[in-house]
Formats: sequence, C-alpha cells, structure tokens
Amino acid sequence: MEFRPILSALMRSKVALVLIGLQIALTLAIVCNALFIISQRLQLMSRDSGINEADTFTIGSLGFGSAFNVKTTIEEDMAMLRGLPGVVDATPTNTVPLSNGGWSTGISLKPEQKISTAPSAIYFVDEHGLNTFGAKLAEGRFFTADEITFRERGDNTWPPVMVVTRALANKLFPGESALGKQAYLDNEAAPQTIIGVVERTQVPWIGFASDEGPDAEFYSTFVPQRIAFSNFGRYLVRTEPGRRDEVMKAAEAKMAETNHSRIVREPRSVERIRAEGYQEHRAMTIILVGVIIALLAVTALGIVGMASFWVTQRTKQIGTRRALGATRGSILRYFMTENFVITSLGLALGILLTYGLNYWLMTNYEAQRLPLVYLAGGIAVLLLLGQAAVFGPATRASRVPPAVATRSV
Amino acid sequence: MFAYYLQLGLHSLKRNPLLTALMVFGIALGIGTSMTSLTVFYLMGSDPIPWKSDTLHAVQLDNWSAEQPYRTPNEPPDQITYLEAKALMEAGKADLQAAMYKVVWPLQPENPEIKPFSSLGRATYKDFFAMFEPPFKYGQAWDAAQDKEHARVTVLSSGLNEKLFGGQDSTGKRVRLNEIEYTIVGVLDKWQPRVKYYDLTNGSFNDAEEYYVPFTTAIELQTQPSGNNSCWANAKPGWDGYLASDCVWIQFWVQLNSQAREDEYKAFLDNYVNEQKKLGRFPRPLNNRLPDVNEWIEAQGVVSRDAQIQVGLSFAFLIVCLVNTIGLLLAKFMRKSSEIGLRRALGATRGQLFTQHLVEAGVIGVSGGLIGLLLTWLGLMAVRSLYADLNNVARMDWFMVLTAIALSIVAAVLAGLFPTWRACQITPAVQLKTQ
Repeated sequence: MEFRPILSALMRSKVALVLIGLQIALTLAIVCNALFIISQRLQLMSRDSGINEADTFTIGSLGFGSAFNVKTTIEEDMAMLRGLPGVVDATPTNTVPLSNGGWSTGISLKPEQKISTAPSAIYFVDEHGLNTFGAKLAEGRFFTADEITFRERGDNTWPPVMVVTRALANKLFPGESALGKQAYLDNEAAPQTIIGVVERTQVPWIGFASDEGPDAEFYSTFVPQRIAFSNFGRYLVRTEPGRRDEVMKAAEAKMAETNHSRIVREPRSVERIRAEGYQEHRAMTIILVGVIIALLAVTALGIVGMASFWVTQRTKQIGTRRALGATRGSILRYFMTENFVITSLGLALGILLTYGLNYWLMTNYEAQRLPLVYLAGGIAVLLLLGQAAVFGPATRASRVPPAVATRSV
Repeated sequence: MFAYYLQLGLHSLKRNPLLTALMVFGIALGIGTSMTSLTVFYLMGSDPIPWKSDTLHAVQLDNWSAEQPYRTPNEPPDQITYLEAKALMEAGKADLQAAMYKVVWPLQPENPEIKPFSSLGRATYKDFFAMFEPPFKYGQAWDAAQDKEHARVTVLSSGLNEKLFGGQDSTGKRVRLNEIEYTIVGVLDKWQPRVKYYDLTNGSFNDAEEYYVPFTTAIELQTQPSGNNSCWANAKPGWDGYLASDCVWIQFWVQLNSQAREDEYKAFLDNYVNEQKKLGRFPRPLNNRLPDVNEWIEAQGVVSRDAQIQVGLSFAFLIVCLVNTIGLLLAKFMRKSSEIGLRRALGATRGQLFTQHLVEAGVIGVSGGLIGLLLTWLGLMAVRSLYADLNNVARMDWFMVLTAIALSIVAAVLAGLFPTWRACQITPAVQLKTQ
C-alpha cells in the first residue's frame, strides 16, 4: 500500500503524531493493567465459600446484665428455630464465612512445637453445624449431640474432637489421610482427634494468612462447643429454598417475643454478608470498568476530532488527488492506513508504558506480572477503536468532489 | 483588553460547538475522576487533629512471644495488656494519658416508647476528652476522683442525647446500660473524626461512640472488650486470669507537650519494660514505640492500597484527557491560521495574540473545571454508595474544591500553551498569500 506518502505526510505534522501516539500509549497501559486487576478481583469474588449461601441467614441477640442466662437462651432458641415452619436446620455459631470477624488460632502437630504448623479459623457449632452450613463431608463423620459442650467464661480448654477442612488436612498431613490423626489447638494441653474432614469451608476473613498461600483462606476447623462466655448469641439458620426472607422475619419476631431480657439483632442473609465482605473488591471492579469506558470514549473522540481536522485541512489535496484519478476507495484507505500507522506507533510506546505501570504495581502493591494475553487484547481493542473512530472522517474525506481542486479555498 | 479577548474567545468557541464541547468534556472528565480519587485518598490519610497531632502518641509495647513477632518483620502489637494499662495509668508520667477499649452494651431507655437497643461505647479515662478535644455541649468530663472510685458516670454523644432526651440538657439525669444506672455528667456536641485514629484496630472509618464511661467502672463490671483481642499465650481461667494475661486489647494514648517530655516518656517506658523483663515477662528485645497521630495512621495502613492505585490510574487518565485537549486545541487554532495571519498583518503583536488565545484556552479550562467539580461531587456520591465505610471520608472538602479549580486552570493553561505558541508562529505573509 501507499505507506511512503502517508509517512512523509505524517512527518510534516509530527506534533499531532506525538499527541495521538502518546494518548494511545497511555490508554493501552491503563486499559491493560485495569483489565488485569478486574479479572483478578472477579476471580477472587467468584470463589466458592463451600457453604450454602442462598438459603441461610444469621440472627443473634444480646442479653441484659449479669443475671442473663445464656445457656438456657441458646437451648430455647435452638428448639424454637428448628421448629419454625420453613427451617431446614439451625446451629449456634460464633461466625460465618466472609463476615470479617471471628476466632483464629494456630494448630500444632507436637506439644513442644514453638511455631504452629497452620493458622486456622475456628467455628464453634453443635451437631447441626454440618447440615446448617451445607458443607460437604469428605471423610469420617461430624459431631454427635453428646460431644457438644458449653464454652464458659474464662474456660480455655478444648474438646477432644474436631473436624477440619480438606485444605487444612492437606496442610497438616500432606499426602495422607488426616482422619483419626491428632493435632493441638493448644499445645500446652491435650490434642484433638480429627474425626471428620469437610470438603471446603472458607474462613471469615478475605486475605487470611495470605503469606501461607491462597489455600490458607480455607483453613477452617469446626469445634463442638456452644459459646456461653458473653451475653451475645449468634445462630445460623438454613431454610427451605426460596423461603429465606419469610423465615428471617418470622425468626426475628419470635425471638423478640419469647425472651424480653435481650435485644434481638437484625437477621442478615449470608448472601448479604458475602456482598459486604467483598464490597471493596466489587467497588474497585466497578470503578475500573468506569475508568476503562471513559478512557476509550475520550481517546476515540480525540481521534475523531484530529481526523476531522486533517480532513478539513487537506480538502484541497484530496480534491487534487481525486481529480488526478484516485478513487473514493483509495482516499478512504489512505486515512484508514494513516490511522493504523499512528495507532501502531502509539501502541509500540504503549507496550513499554504498560509494563512500566505493571512494574510500579508489582513493586508497590504486590501485583503479579501482567500476562501477555491482556496486552494482546488491549492492542486489538485499540487498533479496532482507532479504525472505527477514523471511519467517519475518512468517509467524509472520500466524498470530497474532484472539483474542489479547481477552486481556490 | 481582557474583556475583549474573552469576547473573542467565546465567539470562537461558539463557532464550533461540538469541538468545544469535546474539549470541555475531556477536561471535566479528567478533573472529575482524578479529584474524586484524590479527595478520598487525601481525606483518608489527612491529619485529623492538625493543631496537636505531633503531641499525641499511641503507646506500643512489645510483649509478644519470643518465637515470632506480632506482625512481620518486627512490629510490636497495636494494643497493650491490662497489666500495662494499669501500670502506666498509675505511674501517670505523661502530660495526659488514657487507656481505653471498645464496649457494646444494651441500652435500656426509661421512655417505654423507645425499645432497648445495643449501643457502642468506650471505656476510658477523663484525659480522653482533654487529649482528643471533642466539643462539649452541656456539662463536662468526669474528674480524676470519679476515675479512681469507678463512678457510675457517663458522657453522651449528641446523637444519643437527641434520641433519649430530645437534645435537652440531660446532665444530672440517668441512663441505663446493661442493667446499670449511670449519671450523665456531660453531653458532647456533634463530633465525628474522619479517621477514628484513637482506635484504628477496630475499624479506621467507624462512627464515633454513643457514650463514654470510666475505664475503671467497665473493669469492675467485668465488661469484655467488644473489639479485637489477641493472645500469644493462654490466659489463666476467669476474669482475673484474663486481666493478668499477656492478651492485648487496650488502646493507650498519651499527650507529651515537648520533645523533651517525649524523650523522658520513652526512657520511662524502656525502663518499665526492662523491670518487667526481670520478672520474666517481655521475652522479645526492647521494641517500644511512641508514634504520633500521623505516624500511627501511616503505620496502620489506613489509606488502602486500592485508594492509592486509584489515584495513580486516575492521574494517568487526566494526562490522557489533557493530551487529548492539546491535540484538539491545536487543530482548532491551526484552522484559524488565516484569521491569525490577518490580525498579525493588521498590527496585532505576538504577545497580544498569545494572550488572546491563552484566554480562550483558559475559558475551556475553567468551564471544564466547573463541570469537573460537579462530576467530583457525583463521583464522591458513587464512592459512598460503593464503599459503605467511607461515608465520613468521601466528602467534598474546601481545600479539595480549591485544589480542583487550581488543577483545572493549570491543566487548561498547560494544554493551551503549546497550541497558542504554535498559533503565534504563523507568519502573516504566507497566510495572506494563500487567500
């Protein structure tokens, strides 16, 4: 194609070339890195917590004064909640996945061990814990009713059995079954026997123990205890599919009615807890999508503006070329090719800027190296954007009649 | 002359409304995006108490395990134990000092129309009010004697006073918290530090408390902390075992009015820890710290990484918008070459033409900046709805409004400078010849 005349024409307006090229380069750098961040956040947010989120909600209460009887309250509440129409199961629990609050401790394999083998989140539940959470049992069994005890104020002892997630089991006993093995929740006391392994249950904190690797966010331990060391009580309730919202209202009303010496806290669905847990990642995703759209729009409009200017400025030359026999198609092609050349030059600089920005993110914010596919995608998008933006002005250029050449301006 | 240039500029802008709109919109979008992220970033990390932030210090004592630090590489805990809180309060070596922790109690109003509700409070010492200077509407803080005898007294926030007493002077009245009656000694005016710097452990941007009670009273009532509690060794059973443990759950702040006082206090802390080492506590090497408010905000990572990345990306975006405007402005001025040539031929100096076109660029900048401010306002609204906890931070701030206006003018002039200079290089003869 007619590259030579295009290049020599471009060399005569270097400033415009630099401006458009710079704009495209910066756009590429921002778009690629933003897309990469977005995809990582989406990946983070799409992880399965391992529990039933659609049909579950938490509800809690706060009793008044030191005379408040936590134990009987929990027992009465559990009987009442399990008997409510629409309820599949319910368990007391100290926390739920993604709620950003809870209890964690280090698990050791030997009593004399100074530094624990793995950190783990602790879920205090009763024998209904597995069914209410909706976690899948992979090996062994879950707790029975006679294994459940109360954890009272100032009580630091742990029960003799526990259930761990597969991720934690693999960390504690790599390459072998953890079932029946012993580990220490407190290595100054007796060990706990692992009686069961559940497939997957996320911890309450996003980014938990991130220096241990991404699996650490699934290091959870179930302990057969009901918490009775404060006036707070928290329960997880699982309903029949589709009846959650109705049961939430009924449970709140019933809890307020059965016991007046406490405040019933607003029930929250686990879906809402999840949404709030990932709030900042979702916000970042939305903001970056907005930035990408605005950026592409500004760049496209800029190209349209510059191309229109060139077409107007060169009206006379276009007319001359047409008069000398150039077809409409060749005028159109000229402007499209010109844009392709400018965009490509900009993109070449853009590749450097993209990895520069990526390097800045890597050194300051623990980002990862940008995979090539994002760069390739960004280049394709910008080439297409440039061609689409220039199409309008180029079409206008091709319609310049040859007669223009004979007029003076 | 300025008025005339302004008139010329407006006339020229009106001649090509689409291109003008494109330029104004470009600047506005760039300003809106960068100012939104910059405002959040600035207010997250800005000094919440500038008139005395360098005299207020958080106390950090490294009582952690010999095997591993509280946080890598070698950070001491961000809270202290009850044993230390008690010892430091009794020593009273600072100009002002207060131990404090977060409590949540059910509040049982006398008015039967208001149902009991759970409410957020802070157990602390009287110096809390002198150090952090919340404004009082009625009454005042409790006194040292009341701290000592764990009196049942409280200071209410203006919000709670509004809710319980309709905003009237309620000092001397009583309020019932978790079955215990407290006498109200003071009511605060509206007070909401943007960053809750005195307790960054339990939510940097959380709301201020609804009431304050003496620390000693909360301890006497065996009130467990509602905030973060971290232990590296088992506590002995019972409440007394917990108080005697190495668990950290108390924030401790001191006011030290001079560098000399700060050095003295640091020496006192080191001395205290060395004494404790003799008793077999504090197994780690000496690592006490006294960060002031701004150092504390920095060390606790209050400004989120996402906010920093957003500032970086949005300023890159602003540059794209500016480059875009430079290109369009250049195109526009070049199109007027013949007009410029004519004016030059009729005797206009380069300087006059330069001023004229700079005024035109300035008009674009100012209108872009004003629309950008509107976009910033919308952007902050969006940030508030996206991040529930940034409600106190994502707000328009006078300093930021002025910055935005200044930034847009600088941006437009920068964008206008080169095209204007190019326009002034036009030689009248060449332009007139082609006519």
